[in-house]
Amino acid sequence: MTVKTEPVTINLGPQHPSTHGVFRLRVTFDGEVIVDVEPVLGYLHRGSEKLAEGRTYVQIVTLTDRMDYIASMSNNLAYVRAVEKIAGIEVPERAQYIRVISAELQRIASHLMATGFLLNDLGALATPLMYCFRERERILDLFEMLCGARITLSYMRPGGVFQDTPPEFWPALEEFIGNMPTYIDELERLISGNEIVLTRTRGVGLLNDVDAVDYSISGPMLRAAGVEWDLRKADPYEIYDRLDFDIPIGALGDTFDRYIVRIQEMRESIRIIRQCIDATPSGPIRAETPFFIRPPEGDAYAAVESPKGELGFYLVSDGGISPYRCHVRAPSFINITPLREMLLGWKMSDLIIIFGSIDIVLGEVDR
Amino acid sequence: MDFSETGILSFHGIYGIFALFLPGWLAYAVTCGVLAFIVINAMVMSTALYTWFERRMIGRFQARLGPNRWGPFGLLQPFADVIKLIVKEDTTPSTADKIVFAISPVILFAPTVLTIAIIPFGENTFLGRLNIGVLFLIGVTSVNTIAVLAAGWASRNKYAMLGSMRGVAMLCSYEVPMALAITGVVLIANSLSLYDVVQAQSVPFLIVQPLGFLVFMAAASAEMSRTPFDQIEAESELGAGYHTEYSGMKFAIFQLAEFMAPIVTSILAVVLFFGGTRGFDPIPGQLWFVIKVVLVLFGLLWIRATWPRLRIDQIMGFAWKGLFALAILNIFVIAIEVMLFQDGEGNITTRGMWTMAAVNWVITIAAIAIMVNVLGGKKLERPTPKPSPLANMYAEAD
Amino acid sequence: MYGTGLLKGLSITMKNLVKPGRMFTLNQYPDRKIGLIGLAKMQNTNALAFAVKKPGTAVKALVGMVSVPDRMPQHGRFRGEEFSWYEQRCTGCASCAKYCPLGIIRIVTHPSEQQIPEGDKYFIDVFDIDIGRCMFCGLCVEACPYDALHMGSGFEEGKYRRHDLVINKQMLNESPKRPSLWFRPQIEGKDYHPHSHEEIEWQNAGRHERPTVEQQQERWTER
Repeated sequence: MTVKTEPVTINLGPQHPSTHGVFRLRVTFDGEVIVDVEPVLGYLHRGSEKLAEGRTYVQIVTLTDRMDYIASMSNNLAYVRAVEKIAGIEVPERAQYIRVISAELQRIASHLMATGFLLNDLGALATPLMYCFRERERILDLFEMLCGARITLSYMRPGGVFQDTPPEFWPALEEFIGNMPTYIDELERLISGNEIVLTRTRGVGLLNDVDAVDYSISGPMLRAAGVEWDLRKADPYEIYDRLDFDIPIGALGDTFDRYIVRIQEMRESIRIIRQCIDATPSGPIRAETPFFIRPPEGDAYAAVESPKGELGFYLVSDGGISPYRCHVRAPSFINITPLREMLLGWKMSDLIIIFGSIDIVLGEVDR
Repeated sequence: MDFSETGILSFHGIYGIFALFLPGWLAYAVTCGVLAFIVINAMVMSTALYTWFERRMIGRFQARLGPNRWGPFGLLQPFADVIKLIVKEDTTPSTADKIVFAISPVILFAPTVLTIAIIPFGENTFLGRLNIGVLFLIGVTSVNTIAVLAAGWASRNKYAMLGSMRGVAMLCSYEVPMALAITGVVLIANSLSLYDVVQAQSVPFLIVQPLGFLVFMAAASAEMSRTPFDQIEAESELGAGYHTEYSGMKFAIFQLAEFMAPIVTSILAVVLFFGGTRGFDPIPGQLWFVIKVVLVLFGLLWIRATWPRLRIDQIMGFAWKGLFALAILNIFVIAIEVMLFQDGEGNITTRGMWTMAAVNWVITIAAIAIMVNVLGGKKLERPTPKPSPLANMYAEAD
Repeated sequence: MYGTGLLKGLSITMKNLVKPGRMFTLNQYPDRKIGLIGLAKMQNTNALAFAVKKPGTAVKALVGMVSVPDRMPQHGRFRGEEFSWYEQRCTGCASCAKYCPLGIIRIVTHPSEQQIPEGDKYFIDVFDIDIGRCMFCGLCVEACPYDALHMGSGFEEGKYRRHDLVINKQMLNESPKRPSLWFRPQIEGKDYHPHSHEEIEWQNAGRHERPTVEQQQERWTER
């Protein structure tokens, strides 16, 4: 007897618990196996790039908060670096150190979030997610000390940061840095050795190094594929050339590698912050900049290694108080380009975890 | 049914009272109604209590507090939830198969409650002492497959359909190792009656046949679709699985059946493997029973709070390649041992039990070690990370 | 061995269950359940004496039914609602309105006739802030050259209608003056926290290097 079957097309999203925002995937299944995938973007498009053309250079900082809203510090850093480059502003050293510390804290927070939600996608009833959030909460407390906000930070300004650290920030940071390695160990003992996690993630969603480079993937996803490339080493910005840290890489480029690279990057970030705490000099935290910056005509591109990958801002100035054009090279958006190739042939459950391991933020994808 | 030996809270006890002033058939019907009322309400109330327990404990596992606002320690939280569910609008999708859509919650709910009818809660506390209790159990619990399929099909929702298809495949597969695991118990107890099973456990069967217990618990947690086997619901993939389209009271009944399932499973595990009502003396058997049930429930919760879920093909592979083989091995070993140790009346002495336990623990550990390394050993090897030549980050900048 | 990772995971969750030291840093906002010992400590007695004196309350506290109000712990720099605005300091220059990325501050002024102690100054007719569209970036506070506008520290300004969220001059004048420390280093050093109940007078809210009245008038005559 032959059974007549036909593929079924399912809309995953825009309202779905595991699409990490309002992402929509039109997936065609043959039973449980994926035969076709078509991503549909744009549900969170707010026109940030166009809005930026009508705002002054300082006001755009608040727009960048809302792109990658779980790593606002990195977005701020990338943007203000672009402005500094185009306007030729020298940043005081103390400000650079504070910026690096806060960007690395943000990297830990973002990676914790990615790990927690990956495990949530694996179906672990939010327990690892809650543990991750518990540690992230401490980072957000530190951010609240720095700039009075927890998510939409707007901490950095062209020329430095807007306000010096409060005195209670440094002891709190020391305590956090002292405790964090044990927290990461605990998290790893809960997740990394778990056989169910290994069975689910190892060998799933492979992306080899050639494909990763061809798709211009960056960030932990690229390093999981074995490509030892990190903007902090490849094109050191701020003070990263003075710091000593390693670039963790993965073996195969599967979902498990992406997870383990993130865990190791958190450890490296702690190393970086520890070096920064010792080296931070005293001094001014903000270069003297006018309220309305008028950079000379020209363009500039500045990129940082955000938790998701290479985050770049391209600004074109016509000499006015607002940029003529502002373009964002959003790592989340570029990292989902190989999604179709990664998903074909896998099962529905794998779709969720492969998608989760890419770690996108829809605010950044759609902008 | 054999009602010859019945307890105080039993059919005949209550029937006797009603038969004093009612005609026989009416007394029979009234007794049935009264008993059903008592059992269902007791189960619903204990489920309500269990939801509170589960949420509190999982909250603590996750370093949270859990519900603590309503009443002392949040004990009234389940009632607040029920009130909320009752006042919610009960929607039916316009393309749904209305009748099937409406009755499938009941189909799921009914077998769960039916199971209680044959459980010996205490020395003289049981509803009916069915002499084919184990058979009844296996038959009744497999009905929920139909309910899951009906709910998913009638909803006309693709997520629900996927969930119910997964459910049917999974539930059918796990019936087999579950039944085979229970067979080991029946072999030692030499009876299909749950009462006799409890009486036979001079040493709890958990100690005598740990392999059977592990297979039973794994299969049972798949039967009630809990982590790591909760592919039926898989809230991160399918939304809510087969009850995606349900709301209001129908959804509440699904949830009720779903939360009742762990209680029933724990009760079965206690009866079959933990010696049921047996314990030492100052504490009555009923209390022992409750203590053991809560312990098993806590164990299930602990697993639920910790482990992620498997993929559907891995779940099926685990059932057929892992649990099935282990269950067969268990039956084989138990059968040989029973042949050696059983006397003429079909009884096994306590000394014989302990000997069996010693042998079985060795076999269990060896079997599981071999099984996990055969099934998963290959995954342990992993290449060491090698930097790819494509990274030219140290190249001269142009 | 393959299979031990699952048991290790179980031990981690159990450790988190039995060791309550690593709970979330959550406060049970808006009120906190308080046990018998905590309740007795609040009344400056020990638990036993309290239980003898008020057995009913003691039993309620034991089963977790007594709660005391609690608020979220915030750092003093928290950028909250209820802007603190000092009319005495405001010159009506509208820097804040110009600097606001969303343009939600509306200022209408006219030249003042009365003698004002702070030198040149406009009389402010309208000062509206549409909190409903505000994103609390704090750029207006950063822009204010005379330290007249400060961020608040609250977050409980829920309203039923959008237009109720527009705070006007009168509301700003009447609201408690507990400015946030955000971008105001001069009050940050003064051992002041927005949650403590003392308010800051307008004389104390400004920067030290602010020009005095004489200096301002001098500058005015030079022009």
